Amino acid sequence: MINYIIKRLLALIPILIGVAVIVFLIVHLIPGDPAQTMLGERATDAALARLREQMGLNDPLYIQFWRYIKDLLRGDMGRSIMSNNPVITELQARFPATLELSFFAIIFAVGVGVPAGIFASINQNSWFDNLSMVIALMGVSMPIFWLGLMFIWLFAVQLGWFPPSSRLGVGIDFTPITNLYVVDSIIQLNFTALVDILHHLVLPAIALGTIPMAIIARMTRSSMLEVLRKDYIRTAFAKGLQRKVVIFKHALKNALVPIITVVGLQFGVLLGGAVMTETIFSWPGLGKYLVDAIYARDFPVVQGGILFFATVFVLVNLIVDLSYALVDPRIQYE
Amino acid sequence: MAEKNNKVLKKNSNPWLEAWRRLLKSKIGVAGMAIIVLLLLVAIFAPMLAPYDPYEQNILSRYKSPSAQHILGTDEMGRDILSRIIYGSRISLQVGLFAVLMALVIGVGLGLIAGYYGGKLDMIIMRFMDIMLAFPSILLAIGIVAILGPQLKNAMLAIGIINIPRFARIIRSSIISIKESEYISAAKALGAGDARIIFKHLLPNAMAPLIVQTTLSIATAILEAAALSFLGLGAQPPSPEWGAMLSDARSSLQKAPWVATFPGLAIIFGVLGFNLLGDGLRDALDPKMKNV
Amino acid sequence: MKKIILTTFILLVLMSVVVTGAMAQQQGGTLVFGRGGDSVGLDPIQVTDGESFKVTQQIYDTLVDYTPGTTEVEPALATDWEVSDDGLTWTFHLREGVQFHDGTPFNAEAVKFNFDRWRLEDNPYHIGGEFTYYSYMFQGFPGIIQEVNVVDDYTIEFVLSEKQAPFLNNLAMVPFGIASPTAVKKYGEDYFKHPVGTGAYVLDEWRQGDRVILKANENYWRERAYLDEIVFRSIPDNSARFMELQSGTIDMMDGVSPEDVESVNSNDQLQLSLRPSMNVGYFAMNFNFEPFDNVKVRKAFNYAIDKQAIIDAFYAGLAEPAKNPMPPSIWGYNDDIEAYDYNPEKAKELLTEAGYEDGFEFDLWYLPVPRPYIPQGKFIAQAIQSYLSDIGVTANLVTYDWSTYLDKTEHQEAPTYMLGWTGDNGDPDNFLYVLLDKTNSNNAYVSEELHDILVEAQKTMDHEKRVELYNQAQEIIHEDAPWVPLVHSTPPIALKSNVKNYIPNPTGTEKLHRVWLEN
Repeated sequence: MINYIIKRLLALIPILIGVAVIVFLIVHLIPGDPAQTMLGERATDAALARLREQMGLNDPLYIQFWRYIKDLLRGDMGRSIMSNNPVITELQARFPATLELSFFAIIFAVGVGVPAGIFASINQNSWFDNLSMVIALMGVSMPIFWLGLMFIWLFAVQLGWFPPSSRLGVGIDFTPITNLYVVDSIIQLNFTALVDILHHLVLPAIALGTIPMAIIARMTRSSMLEVLRKDYIRTAFAKGLQRKVVIFKHALKNALVPIITVVGLQFGVLLGGAVMTETIFSWPGLGKYLVDAIYARDFPVVQGGILFFATVFVLVNLIVDLSYALVDPRIQYE
Repeated sequence: MAEKNNKVLKKNSNPWLEAWRRLLKSKIGVAGMAIIVLLLLVAIFAPMLAPYDPYEQNILSRYKSPSAQHILGTDEMGRDILSRIIYGSRISLQVGLFAVLMALVIGVGLGLIAGYYGGKLDMIIMRFMDIMLAFPSILLAIGIVAILGPQLKNAMLAIGIINIPRFARIIRSSIISIKESEYISAAKALGAGDARIIFKHLLPNAMAPLIVQTTLSIATAILEAAALSFLGLGAQPPSPEWGAMLSDARSSLQKAPWVATFPGLAIIFGVLGFNLLGDGLRDALDPKMKNV
Repeated sequence: MKKIILTTFILLVLMSVVVTGAMAQQQGGTLVFGRGGDSVGLDPIQVTDGESFKVTQQIYDTLVDYTPGTTEVEPALATDWEVSDDGLTWTFHLREGVQFHDGTPFNAEAVKFNFDRWRLEDNPYHIGGEFTYYSYMFQGFPGIIQEVNVVDDYTIEFVLSEKQAPFLNNLAMVPFGIASPTAVKKYGEDYFKHPVGTGAYVLDEWRQGDRVILKANENYWRERAYLDEIVFRSIPDNSARFMELQSGTIDMMDGVSPEDVESVNSNDQLQLSLRPSMNVGYFAMNFNFEPFDNVKVRKAFNYAIDKQAIIDAFYAGLAEPAKNPMPPSIWGYNDDIEAYDYNPEKAKELLTEAGYEDGFEFDLWYLPVPRPYIPQGKFIAQAIQSYLSDIGVTANLVTYDWSTYLDKTEHQEAPTYMLGWTGDNGDPDNFLYVLLDKTNSNNAYVSEELHDILVEAQKTMDHEKRVELYNQAQEIIHEDAPWVPLVHSTPPIALKSNVKNYIPNPTGTEKLHRVWLEN
């Protein structure tokens, strides 16, 4: 098992190097540069030339690339051109927001998707089965930004139940530590803030979680159906075991592997896919920030940020793979 | 295995015809086909169906709520939303089809090469696919569009590119699974060339998952195109692309929620059609295929 | 008619300012200012964005300042000044008894420290950024400020290498806020996070990406601020920000989208304040692309576009149609120029005369981002497209992301494009020379005659003479018609009705120490 993990980790290295190279090429192939964005309308030729010189943008591409790789190997991702903060600081400030949002989205997706899938599978072809599967199909077919817009319109504008944007209301006394606001407010026992933070999380988490919820519900249903058809389950029923026991102890356990796969993959997708949700809900997370950084040609931020995202993504996939063994002892890693 | 047995048992029946029959029996598949046919008809007969010119603006009657005159209201330029949605079906269908076609051709090509020749070539290609999959796909698409400039054709290209790895993987795994089988060895022994083996034997075997993946990918491609257009990176004004129609709707959400509502419903409808058909096809082509 | 309404409105706003000014001000309270983005940095010389200046203006003072609501220069950290006859030596007498927030005394040495840090590339504190605005206003490093001499503790002298007519106006700009030398030395590269000035507010906390919290400076050299605390909150989306205002979680916001102006006016909990216009939004035609080298075509376009209709639809009426490249709020504006009115027939005639009766096709580039002068580029571009199709010309809309857009227009790659400008210092040079001189124009507009006039005006210190030169310049530009000047907008700011005495500056940001809240 340990050997397998090490092998898998080593295999990640060339992938991440590839990501680093491609990111570098992409950001430098885009016309325009940070000097341009900084000066805006004031970008006269002379002013631009001066600024570029100061930023080292006039060096040939391979020198810039060499500098970037050398710094990267030393663990230095550079400083943001726009904010002058170290890139690592920017990531630390923003990634927790994305992580928190994705986490609650997946909680919602699993919390609704798995029970709905199970219930649909044991009542196959009932009205609930049909209805929930139609809803699930609609869910996968929905543009997430549109759902976000509708949520804001209905729940924030019309009904006023939830705030339309951001992570925390004004006037709430709260000091972030880890930038995972929920965690921070709990360890500080600041429950006023906690309530407000959760209140802000509801709409974006549900909007972001809807597509995974639909996928998970469908996956749970079909995987349960398959297991329920198996002989040993039929035997269990035939032996007169209690229905609940059969379903939850025997069937669900065996249906779990594909469900976990999907949940894990969806979590990875969510982290990257938070871009649209963060845009709609003005959520100060990493996805939206990276989009802005691409537009601003903030080279160090884009390079560092995407590399970071890719690392998280491949690690999540690895963990998903490994977790099979926990659920299903028959799977062995060599 | 099951299919082989079928072949032996009913010599006259074509497996594709079988699948088609099964598809016609599945409610889901038929519903999907109905939606897609409806969309195609709307797209083809748009000029006859649309009550107004989708580009004709009247900036003095912006944000008119739905009424007998404008069934779905008017947008920020005073244009008829219904007419724009009708014409928009043309764009969304085109984008979905072309982007996926591109991903299909390139992905299948790469997957074939990797799977068939194996070795170093396989490793290089598949590593590259892994790298692409490690990117958050929307950020990759945004980067590509930023290089090429925000236009619908570039968005289409970007969506095509980010969908390549999925096709490559499907083809490769399907080829590897049958490459060593007896009948391929037999074909080789009989002196069949690479091209012949690939197109006569390997590709047809990968057809079922490929068709399903293509249909489902069209659905996601439409969504991705809408997302890019929503961010201002796809279709340019005054194009009535559905996502682009939503892109400025946020500022008028309070004042004119219908501007945001209807194009979104149109997207769901179109995407749903391809998802339903994809599901139906999966059941029809191979009832044992996994539902992922 | 619209113009009258607008003027009346501005008058009413001004009157209400006077009236409320006379009411008893109340001390205390927290003002929450909702805005579109976070500050990039709080060291004013290192930043170029309005969101940074909005905050640094509260923390720092400049040697001279703009009188609130205008671009007239008045004393600030300098009490008075004189200039030598050759216009090259400026002497400033500094205010005594002023302290930075950290207790460092403000004096001539401190001023010299700041200027040396900005202008000398080998200065040890010339770090942490690009000092963009210094090189921009004073032409590089060290630029035209050749020497900075401490005459005595409270007198400082600048020796220039060439005359600069708007020198004083430039010094009043927010980027030239005077920083505490002690703090600059202490924090080095990270100074932008630990700003220390002499201003009415002290930085309390900056939560990057989210909010900046300022507290009143108890020892301010002017009267202490009315408000105890100001919170600047970033809420990027205009409509989301507006919802926050409606629900009462913020007290004021800028970047009100035109769609929301009506709801502000109909809500008695809210009021609208208009920033005096010091900008221009324009549509430029590139002389390198046929047929825009033909003055008749350019004039035809000027006649083809109904600016007032655009203003009514996309500015909620809150703008003035433009006829000159600079706004009427700036001295030297030539009001005698007769605008090209909306006249499609005339436009068609001109096209026919130019030999394009069958029209032609071209690319029209539109702004990808909202700017104060053109808040909704995409909408306006579509309106222009439709006006042009009325005279038989086909425009294809094109855009790029903001950085690329600027890069490509700068390299004269755009056949026609929308762009604009917000004035820095209230000087006509800052519009006419910067935008239309042959050395600067992005649309290949080259007029030697104009160039001579503009350069002469830069070197002339006599005000009347400069007015005359700029009037001439505007006539030349009007005849050559390199642009369709579209609008001078008055960007709206929405406030709760209990926010009093807020006076927006034409420069885009203002000090808030005289603002107070009514309970």
